[in-house]
Amino acid sequence: MLKRLSALIVLAAFGGHVNAQPLTVVSFGGLNKDAQEKAFYKPFTAAGNGPVQAGEYNGEMAKIRAMVETGNVSWDVVEVESPDLIRGCAEGMFEPLDWSKLGDAGKFVSGAVNECGAGIFLWSTNLTYNNAKLKSAPKGWEAFWDTKTFPGKRGLRKSAKFTLEIALLADGVKPAELYQVLGTPEGVDRAFKKLDQIKPDIQWWEAGAQPLQWLVAGDVVMTSAYNGRVSAAQAEGHDFKMVWNHSLYDIDSWAIVKGSPNKALGEKFIAFANEPQHQKVFAENIPYGPTNKDTLALIDVKTREQLPTAPANLENALQVNTSFWIDHGEELEQRFNAWAAR
Amino acid sequence: MTSNSASTFVRFKGVEKSYDGLKTVVKRLDLDVFRGEFLTLLGPSGSGKTTSLMMLAGFETPTQGQIFLDGIAIENVPAHRRGIGMVFQNYALFPHMNVTENMAFPLQVRGMGRHEIETRVKKALEMVRLGDLAKRFSAQLSGGQQQRIALARALIFEPKLVLMDEPLGALDKQLREQMQLEIRRLHRDLGLTVVFVTHDQAEALTLSDRIAIFNDGVIQQIDTPQALYERPANAFVATFMGDTNVLPGVLTSLNTHQCQVRLDLGEQMFARTTPGLTSGNRTSLSIRSERVILDGDERYDSRLPGSIEECIYLGDHVRIRLNVSGSNDFNVKVPIAQMQPHWREGHRLPVCWHSADASALDAMPA
Amino acid sequence: MPEALAFESAPSVVQTQRLQQRLHANKRAYTRRSLLLILPLLVLLVAGFMTPIGSLLTKSVENPEVANALPNTLKLLNSWDGTTLPAESVFNTLGQELRTARAQGQLFALNRRLGYESASLRSLPTAILSRLPADGSPVRDTLINDVPALGDIKTWATLKQLGKPYTSLYWLAAFDLKMDAGQVRAVAPDKALYVDVLKRSLTIAALVTVLCVLLGYPLAYWLSRQPARRANLLLILVLLPFWTSLIVRTASWIVLLQSGGLINNSLIDLGILDKPLQLVFNRAGVLISMTHILLPFLILPLYAVMKGIDSRYERAAISLGAHPYTAFRRVYLPQTYAGVTAGALLVFIMAIGYYITPALLGGPGDQMLSYFVAYYTNTTINWGMATALGGQLLIIVLLLYWVYARISRPANRAA
Repeated sequence: MLKRLSALIVLAAFGGHVNAQPLTVVSFGGLNKDAQEKAFYKPFTAAGNGPVQAGEYNGEMAKIRAMVETGNVSWDVVEVESPDLIRGCAEGMFEPLDWSKLGDAGKFVSGAVNECGAGIFLWSTNLTYNNAKLKSAPKGWEAFWDTKTFPGKRGLRKSAKFTLEIALLADGVKPAELYQVLGTPEGVDRAFKKLDQIKPDIQWWEAGAQPLQWLVAGDVVMTSAYNGRVSAAQAEGHDFKMVWNHSLYDIDSWAIVKGSPNKALGEKFIAFANEPQHQKVFAENIPYGPTNKDTLALIDVKTREQLPTAPANLENALQVNTSFWIDHGEELEQRFNAWAAR
Repeated sequence: MTSNSASTFVRFKGVEKSYDGLKTVVKRLDLDVFRGEFLTLLGPSGSGKTTSLMMLAGFETPTQGQIFLDGIAIENVPAHRRGIGMVFQNYALFPHMNVTENMAFPLQVRGMGRHEIETRVKKALEMVRLGDLAKRFSAQLSGGQQQRIALARALIFEPKLVLMDEPLGALDKQLREQMQLEIRRLHRDLGLTVVFVTHDQAEALTLSDRIAIFNDGVIQQIDTPQALYERPANAFVATFMGDTNVLPGVLTSLNTHQCQVRLDLGEQMFARTTPGLTSGNRTSLSIRSERVILDGDERYDSRLPGSIEECIYLGDHVRIRLNVSGSNDFNVKVPIAQMQPHWREGHRLPVCWHSADASALDAMPA
Repeated sequence: MPEALAFESAPSVVQTQRLQQRLHANKRAYTRRSLLLILPLLVLLVAGFMTPIGSLLTKSVENPEVANALPNTLKLLNSWDGTTLPAESVFNTLGQELRTARAQGQLFALNRRLGYESASLRSLPTAILSRLPADGSPVRDTLINDVPALGDIKTWATLKQLGKPYTSLYWLAAFDLKMDAGQVRAVAPDKALYVDVLKRSLTIAALVTVLCVLLGYPLAYWLSRQPARRANLLLILVLLPFWTSLIVRTASWIVLLQSGGLINNSLIDLGILDKPLQLVFNRAGVLISMTHILLPFLILPLYAVMKGIDSRYERAAISLGAHPYTAFRRVYLPQTYAGVTAGALLVFIMAIGYYITPALLGGPGDQMLSYFVAYYTNTTINWGMATALGGQLLIIVLLLYWVYARISRPANRAA
């Protein structure tokens, strides 16, 4: 009873609409939401589908869980990150999608088509360096371990996820075999052994803005960083370069909250957002990679080179394996924390 | 004064003190304290008595002048090496130490051996008759007990000079009187020189060999209690010590012993002369309440008509307030045996005294 | 005459009783009124502190996942002898319940819980579901064949064990221990983390406390000796940092301390250093910033205590022959102990729970307990671990408080 009451209060605070119209779409805010507004919401309304009620959240699954459990669902379509999508789908928080209504599943990059989700865009973690400060250009993660040619600190995200992959890539493991290797105890040992070599040179970051700030201040000579952030810094005039070889990418997806009264309209919206001409507008507004392979052809060459989905960029990239991390994450993160603290 | 027979122990010579450079708290203080005497510095608060004491103790430095202790100038001797015992108003017993530890403290800082300390503390506690409280903390003692311990602590290292800064101020009347006797006994038994600060004139009269009356940074008069009481040097001393009636007037004629005063309503009165007054000066005719007789016979040569304003019954005497010569704050103490039943509010009767008991003093400030 | 005696004494007994009754009634009414007055506080305390803390602590031992997903299987396993493989009915029920669990979205939680026990168990339900024959046909032999783990009696014993409503898993893990075949053992050294974190948290909190006392004591002493007006102004300066958010203060320390930051640049410009000092993203940065942030919590109680110490005590000590230094050490200092203890305890308790500052200014070797509480709460949503670590923190604080109460009690009695 108390649980239900508190859920109701949460819902009331979010001004839930129970009637069938309009469609409520909730995404992560900021630049991303602005770009979605231009690329998806406004055209969708203009095409005669009624208004879109745009909301934002910070990925709190607890809110969605409260809606589903009380049966008072006021959000229809939500933007979710991969681990939440897989987890939410397994826990029955999202509606299974009928891909026959959403477009040709074959036209999407791998990982964009899921039981409960449709990829919106692809974002990537790249080796990034300050071009003005390095004499020669690093070619890949191997350069991270080359402390003779590139002396100085290196920035990495403080998590096992990304870090272990980077270590194995630098150790010569092919992207296609990487999670197989990492799935064995020997593979994990190998990754940590590799990391031991440059441990004193690593400066760990947690917030996406930190590595770029360090590059500017000269605290680190190279770092891993999110490509959207790097592009934004480049636009501000910083001479930063990204290495696309062995970059790591992941996908943000649309999902429909279980029990949404607007499921049909929601699927219509997702199908609309899946179309290349709409994804094109999104990519032009924020440099994340479109999931529909047909989109790239519509985008001019200069912008295209910036996107994680450009064929040259995607060729040697590694998709972060979400189910692997759901299965092994806690164990590996604990070991990583123990290792990092030593 | 009998001062010449005794030797000077403490001497203030031209001492001045100012805290802020604007106001002088102590002005050109010259004062001798004799060996073995009990000297009280008496005055209202802010009169400079405590500051003088603190300069002697070494907690304040004079802005001018010198202080001598046993003939030696002490401005360069730090407070802890002056060897002066001191008793504070709120006892200043260290709250984190018990009685024994408090008593042992001055002996420990002098590097005395443990056994000697033990014996001395025991003896000192017996001296103040509190041997059974040795393990108590100050919060567990009554005010009187605390003061006795503080006293014993200040005496345990056998200082020749003891300073007391209103030590009895926080005690109730009965305890205060008891402690006064105790202090007198110790002073006598141990042959101490005591400089005692108080604003309570009764206490000063009880304890002191001599009293120095402070006002406004200046000693107004220094003398034995009796001399101060009977022959005040000025109107401040007269009103500060005891109950005194003051009638304003003008000095019309005088010789060395006697003078004539014309009160503001025209009455001519005789009085004792005090030095420093000249004919034509404004003056205060001062007469102690207890020297005034109501409706007295011809033996009393000074008489003024009065009318009773108020009678206050005080057990052993009645205090009658009258309107006399334009002043309606003229008080008379009538012993209960001499009280007449018809002396009531509104009753008119003559107010009488011996002119030898009245003094002509400097005029009171308006 | 006993009768007369009884007659005489009776009214007095009745009177006494009546008096006592009235007294009791009075007392009861007084108690009732007092209770009524503190009722809002009591409600706040129970609703705002006791209940949430209590429910959090229960979360750290709760074990609902398996019991929720497989109630009937567990019921059958209760009557299982434990020496031979269970009968067909158990296998069948397990299969049915796993199907239901998948339909109801309980599978993920179940997998996770099994994974905590051992990594190989995590995939067991998925494996069973994929090998489960269609309804009606016997499942036992097929499953034993296709899912080798089900042919092992240990798997069934573990499953039965996991069905219990409470578990020590999280609390043991919080101390780098695990239950292995009914015995408590240390986890593998490369996974041991929390004992180190606990020691580290205590070390950092202790160091910050010592630094705060060393810096705060002279400062509070100086403040307490200032004239009232200036002291008030200076106190406002001490409190000024409170008007800025914690994150802003922490972030400004990054700006000051980083390699290209204000401090390093000034030292290099002055020719004191030729290479920047590493002052941030390590222990030094954490200590500097935490000391700065927590210093007011030491100064304020200490200042209050110092303000209450009459300067006459020191004067008395000096007049008794003590050198001013001795007077300070033996008379002033002991009287400030209560303030130092109160301030230090406050700083220590706040420091040990610090999260933001070490997270932003420290390296991975400087993270404290709260970091991992936050990690389990936000990132992996493992409530059991988060609450067990939180409980660990709570126990430390309570222990400290108990020690403090014991130390300060004799002093209180004396004061």
